[in-house]
Amino acid sequence: MSATEEKEQAVSGQAEQGKEGGEQAAGRAEIKPTSTLSRAKLLKFLVLPLLVFGAGFVVNLFIGWVIFPRLLYSEKDQPIDFSHKIHVEAVEEGCESCHFFGEDGTFSGVPGAEKCAECHEERIGIHPEEAKLVEEYILPGKEIPWHIYARQPNCVYFSHAAHIKMAKLECVTCHGPVGESIHVKRYQQNRITGYSRDIWGWRISGIKTNSWDRMKMDDCADCHKKSGARNDCFVCHK
Amino acid sequence: MKDIHSEQKTYKFGMVIDLDKCTGCGACMVACMAENNVSFRADETDKLRSITWMRVYKMTNGLPFPDTEVCYIPRPCMHCEGSGHHRPAPCIAVCPATATDRDHETGIVSQIYTRCFGCRYCMAACPYHARYFNWWDPKWPKGMEKYLNPDVSPRMRGVVEKCSFCYHRFQRAKNKAYAEGRREIREDEYQTACAQACPAGAITFGDLNNPQHAVYKLKNSPNAFRILEKLGTNPKVYYLSTKEWVRRGVDHYLEEEAQD
Repeated sequence: MSATEEKEQAVSGQAEQGKEGGEQAAGRAEIKPTSTLSRAKLLKFLVLPLLVFGAGFVVNLFIGWVIFPRLLYSEKDQPIDFSHKIHVEAVEEGCESCHFFGEDGTFSGVPGAEKCAECHEERIGIHPEEAKLVEEYILPGKEIPWHIYARQPNCVYFSHAAHIKMAKLECVTCHGPVGESIHVKRYQQNRITGYSRDIWGWRISGIKTNSWDRMKMDDCADCHKKSGARNDCFVCHK
Repeated sequence: MKDIHSEQKTYKFGMVIDLDKCTGCGACMVACMAENNVSFRADETDKLRSITWMRVYKMTNGLPFPDTEVCYIPRPCMHCEGSGHHRPAPCIAVCPATATDRDHETGIVSQIYTRCFGCRYCMAACPYHARYFNWWDPKWPKGMEKYLNPDVSPRMRGVVEKCSFCYHRFQRAKNKAYAEGRREIREDEYQTACAQACPAGAITFGDLNNPQHAVYKLKNSPNAFRILEKLGTNPKVYYLSTKEWVRRGVDHYLEEEAQD
């Protein structure tokens, strides 16, 4: 029996009231419509559906935010567990000691093994990761197959010279406090697009709190707009 | 927007092609294809399907021997300036995806392949046939991927492409200028592949607004003209020819029509 029918019955007359039984006292003249919601019905129509919805919500959220990203991104270890912190303390010119500019304005990005060999031609420490570097890569003359976190798609042109030399931006603004890290984080690659997780951002919710959280086109365009730089297509595309 | 851009120097890059010097050798076409990763097939006979950002056309005066004269007309994208904001280049006006746009700094008409969805309106709108459609994914002969230019993004099946005035060379030149603390680039720092490849020196490239650049003087020559000038597309590619029949033919004037 639905709630409206009950209401109609309650209003229709006192004679029928006795039939309802249960919690409805037979002698009452006026019955408020809400009082017809018994505890059992409350459980049945409100609490239970809410529980079912809530459980489904949590399960789906779990699938979407935890399981889906794991399916979408493959995870790889960097070949060497590099400590930026140790190196920043040891070198003189900060980031640019290893991530240097060429004379023609080109940027080294992640430098080749040749740059490492300037200091690590032979072992200079006792760390097992350094032993790996020297024995597996430098002595045999092999390049280190780093996974590049910030690699952009093919259609993107980016000039480090324009941002660092001309606009005087800090490395941290886009790359975050990498220089303070002791271990390299695991590299995640989107299985569909092949792009690094750092481009889309690590937060699956897409919320951005730091300027270095994401490296999508909108993030570049936002900053260009705020700083008064041009936003023509050919500024960043090639 | 205007005050934002006012701080930065704007160029108006353009080209002057001397048809009296052009021998029709096709070096510009080859240089362009190699520079810009333009794909090709084993059989390139069907010109409706082949891609040539720079294309050399042949024109004759139609007279019998011994009066026959031949003129070769290299045709890159004209990078039409249009007239004002409300009348841009024909391709820009029709593009529903904003995949093609006029670059404010250089005046170059850009084409963003990842934005294009291949409706080919622009190809229909372009009066110069300067735009090409990728009917297939590019397939390079074995080992050739290693020779591709890393500065130019390769295109995929289903998008339109065209000459970009070797825009990546401008990016490279500016990159170098920034590293040296300059904002402006010199004339010799930015030249297109076709201009550098032309053995006859027929192609001159530079800033049409800069009196110091060679193109500035050449475009003001009495022999200078542009293709289909009467359409009002305002192209940034000028041609030079001393021959009356070439000028009339290229501008598509009819016999009885007077040239202004």
